[in-house]
Amino acid sequence: MYVVVVGGGKVGYYLTKTLIGEGHEVLLIEKDKKKCEALVHSLGSVVVRGDGCEASTLTEVGTGRADVVVAVTGDDEDNLIVCQMAKKRFNVPRAIARINNPKNERIFKILGIDVTISSTDIIMSQIEQELPAHSFTHLLTLRGAGLEIVETQVTPESRLAGRALRDSALPGECAISLVLRDGKPIIPTGNLILESGDLVIAVTSRGSEDELQSLFRGKV
Amino acid sequence: MNIIVLGCGRVGAALATMLDAEGHSVTVIDQNSDAFRRLGAGYKGNMVLGTGIDEDVLRSAGIEKADAFAAVTNGDNTNIMASQIASTIFHVPRVVTRIYDPIREETYRTLGLDTICPTSVGARLFRERLLAGAGGS
Repeated sequence: MYVVVVGGGKVGYYLTKTLIGEGHEVLLIEKDKKKCEALVHSLGSVVVRGDGCEASTLTEVGTGRADVVVAVTGDDEDNLIVCQMAKKRFNVPRAIARINNPKNERIFKILGIDVTISSTDIIMSQIEQELPAHSFTHLLTLRGAGLEIVETQVTPESRLAGRALRDSALPGECAISLVLRDGKPIIPTGNLILESGDLVIAVTSRGSEDELQSLFRGKV
Repeated sequence: MNIIVLGCGRVGAALATMLDAEGHSVTVIDQNSDAFRRLGAGYKGNMVLGTGIDEDVLRSAGIEKADAFAAVTNGDNTNIMASQIASTIFHVPRVVTRIYDPIREETYRTLGLDTICPTSVGARLFRERLLAGAGGS
């Protein structure tokens, strides 16, 4: 696979190194002269000095035949432009952008960039996992389908506690996929009565997320 | 008209001051509060501190009710991204973007942005002046 990485900071450096280690053809673009010298010293000829937002640089490195372009500079706007140039001018099939502001995930999607990685979001979900009960943890986002896989716990105040699943008036676009009771997995059926303390894994559309969350929390 | 000017540099400040004097309702956004000092003494419009590629900042600048949006920060990519947010997400009817890099300007003009490239415009003006009366182009 041919991968073009834009941005030679720490993320770009280790990404390039790892990809090379896995046998991929990689090219790393970095703007800054000093950073470039250090990168060439460590990575060799796969480093090119240039502005990854500029068509001339992207042409020079053969972006047209790239399978993936990854934009990992520290600036969201630069990463957006790199990905848009790659997709719209060079027809690269896959462009991945690093983002700082988690809200930009939606904006990037609307502007044509489907795959974004937000370190803020990743750290947030790790923190959420460390919090005791009452929390709603995002385990996985299925972007293409607009779905989230979430983990949450049934609280004593929850309207779902003590009620059979089929009677629990869940929002339309969500499904309880798995219940963990005292560490034991239960594949839920309509007859299952949820108990306070149950750990629940659910699939939900983004639109139904808030409603689901309030059902579990008990208080709106 | 409700007009938002993103970037309070020389051009942004002059534009905001001009539009404000003409009676428009102007809001200027900049990341640096010192930049607002460039605004004319009589400027009565609003000033919002923040980055123009943040939805929340744009909302607090009143983008949902804006009739026009000018992106004139010194960063091409910031201008491009902010303009795309203004037109695609907030549906501002009139959005104009400054892009210094002529190649990037061409790309985004093709993609539908209304752009001004001071580099090309400036070069053309200089050329005209230099060759004026020289007989032949």
